[in-house]
Amino acid sequence: MAGGMKMYGKHRFPGRLFIVEGIDGSGKSTQLMLLHKWLESEGYVVYFSEWNSSPLVRDVTKRGKKKQMLTPMTFSLIHATDFADRTEHDIIPPLKAGAVVLADRYIFTAFARDVVRGVSPSWVRGLYDFAVKPTVSFYFRTPLDVAMKRILGGRDAIKYYEAGMDLGLSDDIEKCFELFQGKIIEKYEKMVDEFGLVPIDATGSIEEQQAEVRRIVTHALEGTKKTRIRRWVDLASLAKDSRA
Amino acid sequence: MGRFSFFGEGLPGIDLEELKGKLIVLEGTDGVGRSTHIGLLKQWLENNGHAVLDTGMTRSPLAGKRLKQAKEGHTLGGITMSLFYATDFADRLENEIIPALRAGFIVLTDRYIFSLMARAIVRGADPEWMREVYGFALKPDAIFYLRANIDDLVTRVLQSTGFNYWESGMDLHMGEDLYESFVRYQRWLLGEFDKMVETYGFDIVDASGTVEEVFPRLRDRIQRIVERNGHAQ
Repeated sequence: MAGGMKMYGKHRFPGRLFIVEGIDGSGKSTQLMLLHKWLESEGYVVYFSEWNSSPLVRDVTKRGKKKQMLTPMTFSLIHATDFADRTEHDIIPPLKAGAVVLADRYIFTAFARDVVRGVSPSWVRGLYDFAVKPTVSFYFRTPLDVAMKRILGGRDAIKYYEAGMDLGLSDDIEKCFELFQGKIIEKYEKMVDEFGLVPIDATGSIEEQQAEVRRIVTHALEGTKKTRIRRWVDLASLAKDSRA
Repeated sequence: MGRFSFFGEGLPGIDLEELKGKLIVLEGTDGVGRSTHIGLLKQWLENNGHAVLDTGMTRSPLAGKRLKQAKEGHTLGGITMSLFYATDFADRLENEIIPALRAGFIVLTDRYIFSLMARAIVRGADPEWMREVYGFALKPDAIFYLRANIDDLVTRVLQSTGFNYWESGMDLHMGEDLYESFVRYQRWLLGEFDKMVETYGFDIVDASGTVEEVFPRLRDRIQRIVERNGHAQ
């Protein structure tokens, strides 16, 4: 029969999937990077899903954004297409092989963002029915003013859709961004119970947050396979040999 | 009360009260003569003073070009492809079909969500999931399902373009050659369409005869819809 198109949420794979969510400026990417380094040093096979989707889908998303031709519905659908591509290419195969997969942002980003844009909450949840249920979903909880300070401090100009300018909340892009992020936080908070997101207090120190994340991940990793070779150790000994 | 409604959870930011035109869908498998009939219907409706938009699988400005490339390259997975098509359809619905309905046009569309769903389902998509995803589509005033049996379809395809890779479902590896694959694939699609007849209220048009025989049947039914003021559903 047809090449099995599956609703992955219903399946169990030997690997583990850890994802981070939170608004821009919550520090989630830093925490995920630290987790990645640590897992590798512990000898796990780690795949970081960089959201490197196929160039075809990415081009459409880019063009649609640049030309501001996206409606809330096409915005939602093109991101779901992109996510499907990542799921089919970057997430499922390593999970089947028993690896640890890390993802910066997941379906909850869409649930928050698309619903703020006016898309029906139940429709968008159904749309992502094919997604794999994460082993743990971390939510980096940040007060709006803290995140705003981090973002507006040092970064490139905020982009049109990123600021939610298509919603017309304000003509001022920074003001609009702030209002939009505030609404996103409300949606995240509602999802904590709905999906069992694990909140991490993102106002704490980087070290405190990372310790908490590692504690939870360690617990969830029981039974996951490690690589036999710690590559950095081998390279170091090789270097010594060549000098001798 | 507006005449139009959505199949499920609708599109955000659309005021259905504003939609004045008629949305008429022609569905059916490959080679059944949809585009011929749409051409004739358009001419006939325009002669009678109606503004007509005919639209179909012409690709959307947003995703069309890349979708075509994806199809040629066979690089995307099944779920990704299904959603890519849904994006393409949403773009056409919002930027082409809905504005025309707002302006009071009669919109004739060569295929609609039903073909997209049938193709995705034969490639393994969950039918319930597809129905939910396409809940954002407008309910048409009428859905004419041009139905012909496999033998008729084979004859017509041979007389026109010949079997092509996609119309034969060769990506599904169902037969040794294009002919066998075409027959199995189209039969499977017919089965999926048949399942939708009751659910979506398809109006079945026997398309096994010649154009001269089939067209009047279609025209008379569309005449009634055009004259009617209320909405079908």
